[in-house]
Amino acid sequence: MNNIFVYLEIENGKTEDVSLELLTKGRALADKLNCKLEAVAAGSGLNQIGTQVFPYGVDRLHLFDDKRLSPYTSLPHTAILVKLFKEEKPQIALMGATGVGRDLGPRVSSALFSGLTADCTALEIGDHEEKKENKTYKNLLYQIRPAFGGNIVATIVNPDNRPQMATVREGVMKKEIRDANYRGETVAHNPSEYVSDEDFAVGIIERHIESSKINVKSAPIIVAGGYGMGSKENFELLHQLAATVGAEVGASRAAVDAGFTEHERQIGQTGVTVRPKLYIACGISGQIQHVAGMQDSSIIISVNNDANAPINTIADYVIVGEAETVIPKMIKYYKKNSK
Amino acid sequence: MSLKIIVLAKQVPDTRNVGKDAMKEDGTVNRAALPAIFNPEDLNALEQALRLKDSHPNSTVTILTMGPPRAADIIREGLFRGADGGYLLTDRIFAGADTLATSYALHMAVKKVGRFDLIISGRQAIDGDTAQVGPQVAEKLGIPQITYAEEIQSVNDGKATVKRRLEHGVEIVAGKLPLLITVNGSAPACRPRNAMLIQKYKHAQTASEAAAAQLGDLLNKRPFLKLGEWSATDVNADPQQCGLSGSPTKVKKIENIVFQAKESKAFDDSDGQIEELMVELINNHTIG
Repeated sequence: MNNIFVYLEIENGKTEDVSLELLTKGRALADKLNCKLEAVAAGSGLNQIGTQVFPYGVDRLHLFDDKRLSPYTSLPHTAILVKLFKEEKPQIALMGATGVGRDLGPRVSSALFSGLTADCTALEIGDHEEKKENKTYKNLLYQIRPAFGGNIVATIVNPDNRPQMATVREGVMKKEIRDANYRGETVAHNPSEYVSDEDFAVGIIERHIESSKINVKSAPIIVAGGYGMGSKENFELLHQLAATVGAEVGASRAAVDAGFTEHERQIGQTGVTVRPKLYIACGISGQIQHVAGMQDSSIIISVNNDANAPINTIADYVIVGEAETVIPKMIKYYKKNSK
Repeated sequence: MSLKIIVLAKQVPDTRNVGKDAMKEDGTVNRAALPAIFNPEDLNALEQALRLKDSHPNSTVTILTMGPPRAADIIREGLFRGADGGYLLTDRIFAGADTLATSYALHMAVKKVGRFDLIISGRQAIDGDTAQVGPQVAEKLGIPQITYAEEIQSVNDGKATVKRRLEHGVEIVAGKLPLLITVNGSAPACRPRNAMLIQKYKHAQTASEAAAAQLGDLLNKRPFLKLGEWSATDVNADPQQCGLSGSPTKVKKIENIVFQAKESKAFDDSDGQIEELMVELINNHTIG
């Protein structure tokens, strides 16, 4: 009772990274709260899940193995979590801010009347005072996220309702094995006790899932462009620089919204979170929602015509100038000086 | 088969191009400095609804929006593009609602609208980016949902076939009506306003707007110009479940983030300076 639950996303019998990252965070929170970490796997062919997740410090693994539960559909997985949460009464429930988690989370929170905060960039434990009611709440989950298009950062709490639910995007939390020999308990549930036939109202006719060719997340160097790049054509310059220095091209949300490049390249709270050894930000002003996704880069270079762009304050190197002028020179002098 | 379609749409501050005056000195948002727009993905949703109306004669598209009185603009905008009517859900009691309290109010309004086959909305609104209200409305109505839709391919035999756009691929799914569908920004853009419809609906107003504008009995003469306007009581909403009191999440703190400033090296765009930087990056093995 009152433990921390993580919903596992599973594709072809393999637990997705985002879930392992959440387990890592969940373990740390459980240690702080002195409670257990539990994980929920619903799908089919789940015999390897235990081996995959126990090293992250999972104390109890709930298995719901049924062919009809894979691939994911909204209602059956909702039914499982709602009933399980009513039985187990978790204090915290975490899931990925992915296509699955953002479909499932709100539905579960509505059924349980528990608050849900989307796309958190940090989760902490702390106390909360409701001054009006003169009440103090101990050890709440602080759900921290940029809000309002990334212009402010909000800390959200759920004082009275349980579980406290939050979604987190892939890459935001770090994935770290707790103990390779850690072994928890496995509880195999009977899915038919949780899911009814009516829950299969939406059926999958066709499905093509492919691993993306664009891999911004694991690139050691990223050349990212913002709205200040001005056009799709100017984005081509970024690709040239990236090809020269062995980098991947990223983008801010404003650049993606403006149609300069693909959505897969979006870095920030509503895109991917990256930690490269070098981040070259071109024409990016530095809204919080972007900075949240790249501030842990080892070295940051900002190329911006505005010497006062917010991103310059976190940059190690600031080049004040037009990206169109600066980037070709960077290419030229890299080629000239590299051995 | 004709369809009754409800489109959930929201008026949002345009957070995409926030100027320097958008934040007040105390760190709160200066909403007045931001233009109010039709939430972009709700326009994608409206287009999907209008396409179904085109292909299913005698179908109706009804806009449902919740917000302050000026959010009636959203309904007019919908009418100009081909919707048949709309309702504004407006009440001070809704203020401070989180996604759960919002979906509670919206689902009560949907019940008041009456029978429907499809509810279509944008995946998420740009002022919150939560993508929660759609699924929560579906749950409260006890109907299935299909999120991340890029195209509603067909609706027949009581089923909708929908193409979903996921992070790493696509899915074609079929779901039984009634159904709630949320639409992605990757779906086709909404058709523009239609000049004839602008002429027809430019005086469309809610009762409060009409009273303020002193248009006399125009709305009585032309009932199609009357936009629905509902309070919490009109949709039988329990005040305890609305607004702040109906919201399990509370905002503990809002911060204007001050970045941890680093000591940075500044360069200009001259050849000499850029070469110096590149040499430094190569020598300290940052690149190359």
